[in-house]
Amino acid sequence: MLELFTQFFVDLADNHPRWNFIFFYEPRQWARIVKGLQYTLVLSFACVIFSVIIGVVGAWLQGSPSVWVRRCVQGYIQFFRNTPPFVQLLFFYFALGQFTPSVTGPDGWTEIPIISNVGWAIISLSFFAGAFNVEIFRSGIEAVPESTQEAADALGFSRLQTYTEVVLPLAFRVSLPALNNNLVNLVKTTTQAIGIAVPELLYQCVSIWNDYPSALYPTMLLLFVSFIVLVGILVLGMSRWERAMRIPGYGG
Amino acid sequence: MNQSIPGINKKAGTDLPVLKPYRGGIVHAPDNLLFSRWLADLPVWFWWALPLLIVVWPGFALAASNYSMSQAFAALIKWIPFIVMDGFLYNVIISFFAMLIGTVTGVVLGLMQVSPLRLIRYPAKFLTQSFRNSPWLVLLFIVLLALPFEVEIGGEIIRIPDWMKAVFGLCLPVMANISEVVRGAIISVPSGQWEAAESLAYSRHQTLWQIILPQCFKRMIPPWMNWYAILTMATPLCSLLGVEELITLSRQAIEAENNRPELLVPFYGFALLIFFAYCYPIARATIALERRYAVKLQ
Amino acid sequence: MNATQWDPTRPIISIVDVHKSFGDLEVLKGVSIDVMKGEVICIIGPSGSGKSTLIRCINALNDIQSGSITVEGLEVHDAKLDKLALRRKVGMVFQQYNLFPHKTALENVMMAPIKVLKEPRDEVETRARALIKKVRLEGKEDSYPGELSGGQQQRVAIARSLAMNPDVMLFDEVTAALDPETVKEVLVTIKDLAEEGMTCLLVTHEMGFAREIADHIYFTDRGVIVEHGPPETFFDDAKDPRTREFLSQIL
Repeated sequence: MLELFTQFFVDLADNHPRWNFIFFYEPRQWARIVKGLQYTLVLSFACVIFSVIIGVVGAWLQGSPSVWVRRCVQGYIQFFRNTPPFVQLLFFYFALGQFTPSVTGPDGWTEIPIISNVGWAIISLSFFAGAFNVEIFRSGIEAVPESTQEAADALGFSRLQTYTEVVLPLAFRVSLPALNNNLVNLVKTTTQAIGIAVPELLYQCVSIWNDYPSALYPTMLLLFVSFIVLVGILVLGMSRWERAMRIPGYGG
Repeated sequence: MNQSIPGINKKAGTDLPVLKPYRGGIVHAPDNLLFSRWLADLPVWFWWALPLLIVVWPGFALAASNYSMSQAFAALIKWIPFIVMDGFLYNVIISFFAMLIGTVTGVVLGLMQVSPLRLIRYPAKFLTQSFRNSPWLVLLFIVLLALPFEVEIGGEIIRIPDWMKAVFGLCLPVMANISEVVRGAIISVPSGQWEAAESLAYSRHQTLWQIILPQCFKRMIPPWMNWYAILTMATPLCSLLGVEELITLSRQAIEAENNRPELLVPFYGFALLIFFAYCYPIARATIALERRYAVKLQ
Repeated sequence: MNATQWDPTRPIISIVDVHKSFGDLEVLKGVSIDVMKGEVICIIGPSGSGKSTLIRCINALNDIQSGSITVEGLEVHDAKLDKLALRRKVGMVFQQYNLFPHKTALENVMMAPIKVLKEPRDEVETRARALIKKVRLEGKEDSYPGELSGGQQQRVAIARSLAMNPDVMLFDEVTAALDPETVKEVLVTIKDLAEEGMTCLLVTHEMGFAREIADHIYFTDRGVIVEHGPPETFFDDAKDPRTREFLSQIL
């Protein structure tokens, strides 16, 4: 079955030189694609987790009584939202990367920076998406009526209990659609990590078509389809979750 | 006396306390203006904070280095005319043409999305969703590599400049998003308008062009400008493909100055700042327009 | 400070010369009320007369500028007040029900005893089911607030407060947001409670109801208590012209 599959693409490449699906019959190229996909998934997953954490913490800090804490959060959000994520990535990796210390590698003579390019990509993209998430969660918290919090107060809930038992569960539900969109945007933005040579899917595809120009169109097709599928899975998962979290009797 | 106390100086509400309206629609609705609203609402201190950060930061880094801060900034100032006139200008040109083409095609696609004919509506929806959901950078790569290097027009061979390819690459996501803006604006017109027009014997075509579109035109302008700002922020991606623009030239300038690491913060910081400075007035104008139209629509 | 020091022959709630203002607006201008255990008190008066603010002050949801409020010996105006102790004694039901929309009716009732009082779950559940039965909502245990009518939600809110085993119940215009046809079911529930001997403080616009269940009626206007007395004398033989004017408008 598998042989038939590879044979089909070998024949296709012979008969139509522009449609050389090299990664479907050459294991080394296939390994590249798999590796790229892994990096894209790791990058997306790590950034989604960290950016949500940044969002929750940031939204909590924005309710801080200290003016300076609120201003710092505000400054962070402004900076990351109003500058191109790609330039942020370069700024983090090249400009800030030079200040982080490096350690000596296992071979005894290479200098390995503590934070790798993958690390910087995760940091930079998490902060980028996190800036949006702070706003998303803050709006969600604002949507919880004070009177509901007051009711919890009257029942003897502490501030923290009111926050974790009442405010957050409600705020999270309201925030989900916007969060969904931001995370989709984040997954799309992970491709920009190619700018600092993170070997994610786009990077691997670019190197494949650089090595095999005849594989240009098939690789593009693969790239295009991969992201549509990836985003599709995320959207599907999130909307399922949204439906599962829906409070009966409220909203459509 | 601005404080409102239910039951005291405000009528005690009797509507059910479910959840208050969620005001953080962000990227959810296609016509959301959150990006512009952000930019426009920036406090004044921020204008001082950003350049200050860029000035102070390398100060720390350079304290131990023999390449002084003033040298780094002298280098930046020397290169500014070059990176702005030959670099940022191209970001502006690319964004301008990508917006132009993206808008024209996006409006057509958006109108197709509300067509009563499935044969038109479904492909339009498919195109819109595919281009909205794929990364800008992937689209950019695909277009840059798939477009021929040169075209023959009337026997003459013309080489397509890279920036023009970038325009085509960036106009695709813009097209898809504008298409959603148009569709969103059209469906936001109350259905009573369609019914009223139908009862006056307007054809569907006439209703759309004479009644519906004039109403939603104004509503589409603020989100349209919002997308322009987002597009402008995507233009540095072109540097990955060797298109000459701000980032490409900044890198070249750093190389010309012997790749000193001390230059990275001033140069990239300047890049952040110039985008910021360009997008800010647009954001202000967007919000101003939106407020004006919001009042008139009432 | 301690509840054990409180002598049951003294008022369970004692409000003495309370002043409260929001910014420049003085809402309470020296209000004094005593409530004995098992008494049902109704506070009536025009909108903006400060009656809701008064009962919110009893539960420390609003703080007061001067005067004193004592609940079972607990000094509510004290800055070092143990709020949890106060809220175990005082249950409150709001005009807007304020149920937690993401929890079922049963969970709404069970939440505070489990989370706040740290009581064992099965014990709380038995009690919660009994309370839901008591407010005549059997079969609605697993419904979410959004699936219940206003009157049903308000009865869940009453059960939720009762789950904390309070000694006093405060009702802040609990029927004002309801449809006329569901008002009655809530009033019946409150009446049941009052007849069982629960100390109740009600802010209400339902004059007929007040007359039926109250032991004592207070009339407030512009932050002061204008007149008070047992329902018969209050409704039939009001002394103050402001009271008479209010009653003639509303009855």
